[in-house]
Amino acid sequence: MKIIKNIIKFGKITPVLLGLIAFSYCGKEKPAEAESSVGSKGIGPVTSVTLGTLDEGMAQKGKQNFETKCSACHKFEEKVVGPALKGVTERRTPEWIMNMILNPMEMTQKDPIAQELLAEHLTQMTFQNVQESEAREILEYLRKMDKK
Amino acid sequence: MILIGLGYGCKGGAATAALASDAAKRVYVAPGEKDEVYAFLSGGFSGQMSVYGIPSTRLFKIIPVFSVFPENGYGYDEETKNMLRTTNGYVPWDDSHHIEASMTDGKQDGRWLFMNANNSPRLARIDLRSFETKEIIEIPNSAGNHASPFATENTEYLMAATRFSVPIPQASVPIENFSKGDFKGTVSMVKVDPKSGRLSIELQILVPGFDYDLSHCGKGKSHDWCFFTSYNSEQAYKMIEVGASKNDKDYILAFNWVRAKQCLDQGKASNFGGEYYRNYLPENQPAISEKLSGVKMLQPKDCPGVMYYMPTPKSPHGTDVDPTGEYIVGGGKLATVIPVHSFSKLMDVKDKPEHRSGMIMDIPILKYESTLAGEVKKPCLGPLHTEFDGKGYAYTSCFVSSEVVKWELGTWEVEQHLPAYYSVGHLSIVGGSSKDPYGKYLIALNKITKDRYLPVGMELPQSAQLYDISGGKAELLSDFPTVGEPHYSQMIPAKLLMDKAAKIYPLEENKHPYAIKNEKDARVVREGNTVRVYMTQIRSHFKPDTIEVRSGDTVFFHVTNLEQDFDIPHGFAVGGAPEMPNLLIMPGQTRTFKWKAPKPGIYPFYCTDFCSALHQEMQQYIRVLP
Repeated sequence: MKIIKNIIKFGKITPVLLGLIAFSYCGKEKPAEAESSVGSKGIGPVTSVTLGTLDEGMAQKGKQNFETKCSACHKFEEKVVGPALKGVTERRTPEWIMNMILNPMEMTQKDPIAQELLAEHLTQMTFQNVQESEAREILEYLRKMDKK
Repeated sequence: MILIGLGYGCKGGAATAALASDAAKRVYVAPGEKDEVYAFLSGGFSGQMSVYGIPSTRLFKIIPVFSVFPENGYGYDEETKNMLRTTNGYVPWDDSHHIEASMTDGKQDGRWLFMNANNSPRLARIDLRSFETKEIIEIPNSAGNHASPFATENTEYLMAATRFSVPIPQASVPIENFSKGDFKGTVSMVKVDPKSGRLSIELQILVPGFDYDLSHCGKGKSHDWCFFTSYNSEQAYKMIEVGASKNDKDYILAFNWVRAKQCLDQGKASNFGGEYYRNYLPENQPAISEKLSGVKMLQPKDCPGVMYYMPTPKSPHGTDVDPTGEYIVGGGKLATVIPVHSFSKLMDVKDKPEHRSGMIMDIPILKYESTLAGEVKKPCLGPLHTEFDGKGYAYTSCFVSSEVVKWELGTWEVEQHLPAYYSVGHLSIVGGSSKDPYGKYLIALNKITKDRYLPVGMELPQSAQLYDISGGKAELLSDFPTVGEPHYSQMIPAKLLMDKAAKIYPLEENKHPYAIKNEKDARVVREGNTVRVYMTQIRSHFKPDTIEVRSGDTVFFHVTNLEQDFDIPHGFAVGGAPEMPNLLIMPGQTRTFKWKAPKPGIYPFYCTDFCSALHQEMQQYIRVLP
């Protein structure tokens, strides 16, 4: 059953998108077609995030959740199952990051950037039962890692 | 009576007047659409429970209950193997007959199902959030837990009575002593905790040594009572098929459980022996298995008013209470009538000496006519079991003449004969044994299927047939093969269950003693010759992924599935492991695979449940050193 679901998902990736140069996470070689997605907030419950100065307490909570629910697939410096996350807060909007955490299935079906990422990594990102407030804390942790 | 001619050799039986002309349309559930009803069928000799969608009759799931299940490791892994522990040791199989749904105020509440094990007397609770077996309790002082589990109106208690009477307590006596009164039966009151569903044996009542067959409890005005059929009132012990069919009437035992509880509280029950296990599976933790000893036993003579016998023709099987609680319908499988007792009459006459014809073990026997509301005359051959549609009609299965008869309560007139293919046992109507039937679908659970399907060797599947009973005349819609030989079923509207279905085990609530909640805790720990592997799974890899142990080590793989995504279990299997089958580990769950490290070599392990595009790559190696 699951493989069929995956085939359906892959089937939804349009030939145009499959034809794109694999999206580079260092952000230097964005293909022209993806330019329209720059600044995208993605698809999901989060429409607006206001970022302040880094909140250490939130980042600490975010780190704990990240280690439990995200670290099996994501590291910062290298691709593992999913892309390396170093610099993610510079190349994506805060809304997009939170929507990807909270709504990965719909994102990989409809959001052009998420579709490209699925075509590259070929593993559906999982929804890890993260609450919206926890996604915000994870975002804060990602910001902290990018400021290092 | 025309229908008696429909023998097993009947060809093309479905092409009869009973088949609805647009039947295909009425059972068709389009892709993406969902069925209206969940049907839970007991597994008979498979010991399991199966879940079908109605009206499509598609099989959705097999829930392992009393038998091991290699598909997901139930009964094998360190977490669930204690669920099958009994005083006879680990018993990996049983014979499951009846399913009861939990009720509140006599109506299905969608919390639990209960199912009996006949062979090793046991009773199970299945949680309807996870569709998993959460508790199994053994019934002591019982041989053959057949008349079980039947719930009181608010699921205060489940009743369990013995099929095979034996000496209680057990003793090696001459078998001919059966007819001298050395053999006894018991009725057990199993208390259900209203919040947690936890089971405990509160009281047993010692009853005459007959064979207790089925039960149903009252509702509304008959709330305080449960009714048990018995056969072999002759107490035959040789050639029972002849010896137990001599009496013109056997009995329905009317049991006032509220009175029994009163007598217990007044100290009229005495301490009695009997050892039994109670096995409980807390959420996402290993089963807790307790051995308990002793019960409270009540003798009917010490509690006047607790029981009465209502003579009922002949070798009755079903005893079914209508939704109003007034009528108690007997299914005399060798009788030519369907007898219906009146609860009001029972209340009127039970303590009047002129309405009694004798006593057995201080239990008054009432006169047949004194409690009789009416008889359905010559309905069919071999009436067994009755369900109700909530609209004033009853449906009775007829084993010998292979049909279902629809008849009217009050007039006792037969309205319709519906052919069944073949040898129908129990029936099930959605909510049909509750106070509030949802009288749209009826299924008949049949014992024989020859000529109905493509033959698959000499053993054919048992079969169920689906009828639409919503209109004036019931119509046959379809039939479908079943798992094992299902005896009874509960059907529950999907709307009562769908939204409650559990999707994951939340990782933060995982209290399994060997769980790890992130990959950085994955490790291998040696304790002498025991090796514990704390392992995680997520699409599409294991951690740790390369492991070294020594030949002869006992290795426990404590595997936690880190996924928190619905419908993403992972599997776990080790190449050539001789004692453990596959494990399926639900999102957020921890389960343990025990492995005795064999001779030195390299052994693969892998995920068995296709999980992602990289599923095939979800594989690793264990090296066994000399």
